[in-house]
Amino acid sequence: MEQREAYQPTPPPAWKPRTDPAPLLPDAEPHRVLGTEAAGKVDQGLLLRLYEELVRGRRYNAQATALTKQGRLAVYPSSTGQEAAEVAAALVLQEQDWLFPSYRDTLAAVARGLDPVQALTLLRGDWHTGYDPREHRVAPLSTPLATQLPHAVGLAHAARLKGDDVVALAMVGDGGTSEGDFHEALNFAAVWKAPVVFLVQNNGFAISVPLAKQTAAPSLAHKAVGYGMPGRLVDGNDAAAMHEVLSKAVQHARAGSGPVLVEAVTYRLEAHTNADDATRYRGDAEVEAWRAHDPIKLLERELTERGLLDEDRIQRAHDAAEEMAADLRARMNQDPVLDPMDLFTHVYAEQTTQLREQAALLRAELDAENAEHAENDAEAEQ
Amino acid sequence: MAQALQRALHDSLADDPSVHIMGEDVGALGGVFRITDGLVKEFGEDRVTDTPLAEAGILGTAVGMAMYGLRPVVEMQFDAFAYPAFEQLISHVAKMRNRTRGAMPLPLTIRVPYGGGIGGVEHHSDSSEAYYMATPGLHVVTPATVADAYGLLRASIASDDPVVFLEPKRLYWAKDSWNPAEPMAVDPIGKAVVRRTGRSATLITYGPSVPVCMEAAEAAQAEGWELEVVDLRSLVPFDDETVAASVRRTGRAVVVHESGGFGGPGGEIAARVTERCFHHLEAPVLRVAGFDIPYPPPMLERHHLPGVDRILDAVARLQWEAS
Ligand SMILES: Cc1ncc(C[n+]2csc(CCOP(=O)(O)OP(=O)(O)O)c2C)c(N)n1
Repeated sequence: MEQREAYQPTPPPAWKPRTDPAPLLPDAEPHRVLGTEAAGKVDQGLLLRLYEELVRGRRYNAQATALTKQGRLAVYPSSTGQEAAEVAAALVLQEQDWLFPSYRDTLAAVARGLDPVQALTLLRGDWHTGYDPREHRVAPLSTPLATQLPHAVGLAHAARLKGDDVVALAMVGDGGTSEGDFHEALNFAAVWKAPVVFLVQNNGFAISVPLAKQTAAPSLAHKAVGYGMPGRLVDGNDAAAMHEVLSKAVQHARAGSGPVLVEAVTYRLEAHTNADDATRYRGDAEVEAWRAHDPIKLLERELTERGLLDEDRIQRAHDAAEEMAADLRARMNQDPVLDPMDLFTHVYAEQTTQLREQAALLRAELDAENAEHAENDAEAEQ
Repeated sequence: MAQALQRALHDSLADDPSVHIMGEDVGALGGVFRITDGLVKEFGEDRVTDTPLAEAGILGTAVGMAMYGLRPVVEMQFDAFAYPAFEQLISHVAKMRNRTRGAMPLPLTIRVPYGGGIGGVEHHSDSSEAYYMATPGLHVVTPATVADAYGLLRASIASDDPVVFLEPKRLYWAKDSWNPAEPMAVDPIGKAVVRRTGRSATLITYGPSVPVCMEAAEAAQAEGWELEVVDLRSLVPFDDETVAASVRRTGRAVVVHESGGFGGPGGEIAARVTERCFHHLEAPVLRVAGFDIPYPPPMLERHHLPGVDRILDAVARLQWEAS
């Protein structure tokens, strides 16, 4: 065999991995504040405020679930057990900021100041979105998973182009992080340095599928690294830690340093929705272990140990929550007034001829129905 | 036509600071069809933005921008590459006004180069209009002339509703041979136009098939047929009035388009015409469409695309006699 002439390969053009921004590996353990020394440095007023909001939030979840049993709500995906993340997400935002909730995040929307009844419009079934998103800067509750995340990026980007100081906080579940829209949103946000905070609530399950079957990543916060943004891992049941990490993330975004991904490790104590049977995919022992790590209990213990909470104060928090629940119950028990003709009103700015024809058809059907009712009533009276 | 589209984008950017152009390669390159040529130089990267390569991300972020009061104009590089964005399109773009009870209209324009006839390899020649038409909440328009390319694109960008703006890519290089004198008017979306009058039959068509129908009408004269040609321009909303008025005059109609016939736009159009003009019809409404096949490879596409002969054959079949 002929000897091949030794040759010197030309070196490839210089390449080195990008180190700007510096890769920020998430913490190995979820960040905690309650029960640690750091808790002593947290503003006491804030801790008490968080406590009251958690108690209210828990009551809200219970009341909404009860309303499904009475047929007043078509469905309710409860965030019981996740109140700390829900409440913190709302509290860290300034008035001009925007919240992009998923279907599970009604509580975050309410904590942001939305009328609880309007926030439940989607789940009650009288319309899809019951509020003007611009009024409260809360995007419509998104049912298709992760699709609201690119909206948050676009909105935050648009605000920055206009020179407005606006941060968008977008919420998604652990299952939602597998969707393409999640990845596209993170990538766009990082490339555009958009002021967005992505909050992943890892509550252990996507309906019945556990996290281990959802992803092979060490943590969901790790996903931030590949996009070039910081990822933070936090105890989602520790309201003080949630508030601290999200506040810092919002500051980071507001300062123009780009997006942050926050993974809140938490647990959904109830079933996926009232229609789900959680006993099919998880055992009591697991649920009980998480009950011991309940966000309200954690905060209550901290506040009590430090003498900031007494029976009287606890009672007042519960009374306020009870008042909210009673008001919600009373108003949800009124039948919503619906005008079927609205079906054609908001499809286009101007109705097409086709829709005008269909509206006329429905009008005629309704008139006939009404006439029939009137006739029956008259007969009944005789 | 490419120049007219470029001009429309340019004028919209210049007139309205809330207009933003975004998509793959729309900046320095000017888009693969050069429709956005030169715009980034004049208006800067904040207004004309090269996005990451992700169609759902492009449309999804455009939704957020429109929520904040901007008017994004999104370019999808090719018909078949818009499909990753369908979730955003159908679940959010088309529904935002409706789900918020009118509180949050979504003024955005999605430009999609579509259709075949340019020798493209697979995934570069789809006619996707039926998918868009089947989605309430979207406007669907498609120009066939240089003047309409300008006017309809300006109207689309000015619209407070989302518009899917289908650009017949084989007409990009067309310099109207059939009516160059047309003024660059900005007509409201939703009006069809009679391109040529005749009394024997109506050809109902749109986009890339309009020039083919004009040619067929020209050729039909030799057979003694005077064909009327209606260019729909807007598939949603649909101009029943112009179409029905024409068919009532002629009594015969053929729908011509290059997307497949089964489940295609022609079925809807034929049904609408029949419902409105039954007593005026001398023959069933016929369709001349592309075959019901995945878009063929370039060397075979001429067999698939409806041409003059196939249209004339259909017109011959319209000389219907009940037997
Ligand atoms: C695109 C899409 N696919 C499927 C569903 C049906 N679905 C509703 S909730 C859900 C699980 C979501 O899990 P996760 O993201 O972890 O959020 P969680 O419910 O735990 O808050 C699924 C599969 C959906 N809403 N959207």
